[in-house]
Amino acid sequence: MEVTQVLLNAQSIDGAVRKTAEESLKQFQEQNLPGFLLSLSVELANEEKPVETRKLAGLILKNALDAKEQHRKFELVQRWLSLDTNAKSQIKACLLKTLSSPVSDARSTASQVIAKVAGIELPQKQWPELISLLLSNVHQLPAHAKQATLETLGYMCEEVSPDVIDQDQVNKILTAVVQGMSASEGNTDVRLAATRALYNALGFAQANFSNDMERDYIMRVVCEATLSPEVRIRQAAFECLVSISSTYYEKLAPYIQDIFNITAKAVREDEEPVSLQAIEFWSSICDEEIDILEEYGSDFTGDSDIPCFYFIKQALPALVPMLLETLLKQEEDQDQDEGAWNIAMAGGTCLGLVARTVGDDIVPLVVPFIEENITKPDWRQREAATYAFGSILEGPSPEKLLSLVNVALTFMLSALTKDPNSHVKDTTAWALGRIFEFLHGSAVDSPIITQANCQQIVTVLLQSMKDTPNVAEKACGALYFLAQGYEEVGPSSPLTPFFQEIVQSLLTVTHREDAGESRLRTAAYETLNEVVRCSTDETASLVLQLVPVIMMELHNTLEGQKLSSDEREKQSELQGLLCGCLQVIIQKLGSSEPTKYVFMQYADQIMGLFLRVFACRSATVHEEAMLAIGALAYATGPDFAKYMPEFYRYLEMGLQNFEEYQVCAVTVGVVGDISRAIEEKIVPYCDGIMTQLLKNLSSNQLHRSVKPPIFSCFGDIALAVGEYFEKYLMWAMSALQSAAELSTHTAGDDELTEYTNSLRNGILEAYSGVFQGFKNSPKTQLLIPYASHILQFLDSIYIEKDMDDVVMKTAIGVLGDLADTLGSHAGSLIQQSPSSKDFLNECLSSEDLMIKESAEWAKLAISRAISV
Amino acid sequence: MAPHDLRRPFKRAAISDQQKRRELSLLRQEQNRRDAQQQARCLASSILSLQSPLPESEPEQSDIELETAPEIEKESGTLSKDLDVPRASKLRGPEVRKWFARQLMLPEWMIDVPDRLSQDWYVYARPAGKRCFVVSSNGTTVSRQRNGSILHHFPSALPAGAKTRDSSGSGQSYCILDCIFHELDQTYYVIDMVCWNGYSLYDCTSEFRFFWLNSKIEESAYTGVVPYVKDGLLFYNKHAHYQTGNTPLVLVWKDENCSQYVIDTDSKGEIPSQQQVVLELQDNGKLVTSDDPPVLFGYLDGDIIQKSGLHSGNLLRFAVSDGGLSFVDGKLDKADLNYLGKANRGRAFADSYSKVVFQFTVRHSPLKIDDLLASINSPDDQEKKPCDVEMVG
Repeated sequence: MEVTQVLLNAQSIDGAVRKTAEESLKQFQEQNLPGFLLSLSVELANEEKPVETRKLAGLILKNALDAKEQHRKFELVQRWLSLDTNAKSQIKACLLKTLSSPVSDARSTASQVIAKVAGIELPQKQWPELISLLLSNVHQLPAHAKQATLETLGYMCEEVSPDVIDQDQVNKILTAVVQGMSASEGNTDVRLAATRALYNALGFAQANFSNDMERDYIMRVVCEATLSPEVRIRQAAFECLVSISSTYYEKLAPYIQDIFNITAKAVREDEEPVSLQAIEFWSSICDEEIDILEEYGSDFTGDSDIPCFYFIKQALPALVPMLLETLLKQEEDQDQDEGAWNIAMAGGTCLGLVARTVGDDIVPLVVPFIEENITKPDWRQREAATYAFGSILEGPSPEKLLSLVNVALTFMLSALTKDPNSHVKDTTAWALGRIFEFLHGSAVDSPIITQANCQQIVTVLLQSMKDTPNVAEKACGALYFLAQGYEEVGPSSPLTPFFQEIVQSLLTVTHREDAGESRLRTAAYETLNEVVRCSTDETASLVLQLVPVIMMELHNTLEGQKLSSDEREKQSELQGLLCGCLQVIIQKLGSSEPTKYVFMQYADQIMGLFLRVFACRSATVHEEAMLAIGALAYATGPDFAKYMPEFYRYLEMGLQNFEEYQVCAVTVGVVGDISRAIEEKIVPYCDGIMTQLLKNLSSNQLHRSVKPPIFSCFGDIALAVGEYFEKYLMWAMSALQSAAELSTHTAGDDELTEYTNSLRNGILEAYSGVFQGFKNSPKTQLLIPYASHILQFLDSIYIEKDMDDVVMKTAIGVLGDLADTLGSHAGSLIQQSPSSKDFLNECLSSEDLMIKESAEWAKLAISRAISV
Repeated sequence: MAPHDLRRPFKRAAISDQQKRRELSLLRQEQNRRDAQQQARCLASSILSLQSPLPESEPEQSDIELETAPEIEKESGTLSKDLDVPRASKLRGPEVRKWFARQLMLPEWMIDVPDRLSQDWYVYARPAGKRCFVVSSNGTTVSRQRNGSILHHFPSALPAGAKTRDSSGSGQSYCILDCIFHELDQTYYVIDMVCWNGYSLYDCTSEFRFFWLNSKIEESAYTGVVPYVKDGLLFYNKHAHYQTGNTPLVLVWKDENCSQYVIDTDSKGEIPSQQQVVLELQDNGKLVTSDDPPVLFGYLDGDIIQKSGLHSGNLLRFAVSDGGLSFVDGKLDKADLNYLGKANRGRAFADSYSKVVFQFTVRHSPLKIDDLLASINSPDDQEKKPCDVEMVG
């Protein structure tokens, strides 16, 4: 086969030619994989071939080694590993040879492919000579090959994890890379490649950053590179600094003063890509310090791994003025451009993070800037002042802000209607939203919003919703937080008099021609949701009136004729918003008996609409409709059974949706809702549901976060169907048992501990459901064989001492359920268990009321079981 | 190595309303789960407190139950939906045979290709041999033929299938496998699973039973792929429950390539020149099949009934004459039947409709393997629709 010609054809503008070429490539690959890959690598290495075919050959090679999708990736890795060794060495030789090609595209493609091969082989202890080969290249070859080799080292570090490469080799790699970065390197391309390689290699440098001399050297070279005459090198060097700020925060103290000087200069003078990175350095430091301070509280005691160095607090007097300056560098129309990101936006965002990091201290530094600029004729100054005000509202205490905010509120309400500049109005509406978000609500002692100004606020916001889409979207956002602040207001809400007008205005916004811009329609529905959620009984009848209105909207989306794929996507999005809105309304009305009763007249029709929403998506079910059905099942109770014959297939589709795991998770939750609603009437569907749930558990394609809810769902089903669960008992119990063994220990990071606890909770909820479901049935003896394992599980997680409160509550409940259902059979087992008694006592004296309540109950059940 | 995107959310609240809806939904579910659990527990507590004055009056309820629990709800002879082996094991002699005779699921014959054959049906080659139940309980294993009579008695590696010191084979454990006994290599081939280790799989769809079959069968003594003599193909609908008697959700299909017994033979083992059928005589001379509901094939002349002293319930043998069977809209319209006499006394049931039609078509225009393959590959199959994603070069 003439590979070159086929590769050329594969890039032809003629679709038919392209198709034939793709076909023959596919055929070649299927018939002779090693031969195929080898001829691609030969093509890539051949200096006589056109650059396009060399690049494409490399790209196909790369795609044969890696894929985004985890499962596919695993297959490709296995396929490469099992390939003929001889072919593999020839391919690798071609790739390495290409690194010294005079054609830069060929070199760069080869770099990426080598890194992919390394990513597969190095963890298997294969290709041991690679790193030394590359390193010898760095020292010998001409500049262009040196550049490609450094690039390869960088890509390689991106592909493999640090534990795969031993320290000796890490040292050599870092030495080569940092030398390549240093000012003494005359070739710009080499220096740039080295700087970018360091970015990826930083994760390997733990040991080197602990060594003062080596760290000093690396930091010096990085800082020098930020001053390079070449802008791309400066940018890459700042990227390294950003990465260092999060990876090696605790090592930065000796350098922070120098870094401040470098970044300040870059922010003020350098080109935008560089100054954005310089600002990002400080945002990243804020992230670190916010995390540290949040985790350990304000009274830092020194027993954490990483102490807070208060870099931001120390830099504050210089940092804040620098950031305020950036606010004046806005771009025209940046608010209409969703992809915009510029120095003013980056600086403003950083200012908000600084406020969260230092709290009250920022206020006196920003107030003069606001006062000076807020009334200036230049819109840039007014906008910058308003933005500065909005960004310091989160962080400082309400007391510190109160007087400032009271003055500002009146000013802002006026500006929102009167300022001639749209950009200023956008930021003003946003700042009002921030006031309501952080300084309004039951948690704030002295209210900003009073009877006197509430009417004016609502009027201004509703008026603003008629403004340009970006301003209207911010006004919706402000109204969202205004409503949220009244969530726990009691039986009477200050918004009640305006409820109808607010809802009307929001619905009008959703119908605006331009509601698709600036996510205005979404914002309007989200605000409507929040207004409904936070409404009181006073307005329940108005919420009821909203039901047929939203139903009609949803109905209209289902009447559409043939749609283009673009229109279909928009339609699906709108259906999502409407289903989301119905979900909120159902949940609201379903939570009190009188409104639920009236609402039920719509249940059949609503369910009919949801089924039609499912039907117009061919492959997947709509997450929002699924969530809404969960709420509906809860509201309808046993009557929901009548919808099951039609609904079941969508339920099954949802459970099978591994790719959109959120949909799968939501569907699992809905199975629980339905179980509780229709109880034993779910029996006819249990085979299908249980089969699918068991399959899901054993799948490695399903996102792990869905697994704990699946276990909880076992409990929901068992509780609903009682002893009928018998036929699934063996499989459910064996799945639970193996998961229990896996989740006994939490060794690992916080994230893993959290996951393990959620897994434990799911397992324990399943046990509870099973025991309670079988209670008083003649088949309880079927559970006896499992009792000792469950008690062992409880013992071992108690001994581990890392349960969270939720797990503790569920666990002690299971002990009670076991005693309750098995009676005397459990009595002796519980008495023999090493820690049941301690566990019970600990829970009985817990300060957590829920744990205590469960424990009281368990105590009662156990004492009966033992006394029998 | 392109520069890294560093955009952060701008003028945006940290949490989306959609995420909020998900979280509120989860909160509600948690609350509801807690309420349901609480309710169940309270139920218990009140029962416990009512009984608490005399807890001794409830002695070891679960152990004794197997022996003494009164069995009122079901008679042993009825077609019980649930297979209660502990109870069945207490039956003796003819009653046991009668009971087991009614428990097998009987396939219909495939007379046309079902929709979604490739998606909704499992298929495998049926081994030639005797259909039977293999039952393990109380440390022994027994195989029983279709009529309930015992075929073999042997120890097996099935749970409770042999006397062992292994504590896992407790008294209440038992297995029932639907098998075919293959004479040639004296092997039982498991074709379906009814109970495993005390757990009933009745009412489970076959998808569920086979999920289990595949994941568990290696534990049993029947592993090992031994080539066997084929007798047709068996198709199982994924959604079918194990049910006793005839079912259209399990189908058998044969041709000469996969079975030695395609066309029925007579008692001498020879193929009669005309197809023979066995039908049941009902009141008014109605001739019907064994299906539920029965399919009417015609009426027997009152004279013959009188002359031969026949009465309702008799099983009668007929030859299909030259007029054959004719169909309108896929339903039997007319059958040209010629009365031969009473059926063999061993017969318990009349032929099923699908069997008669299958045998008829086999003689005239058989359903060929190509028809089955065509259905599987037909473009109507939704999952085979061409995917509209194209490779990008």
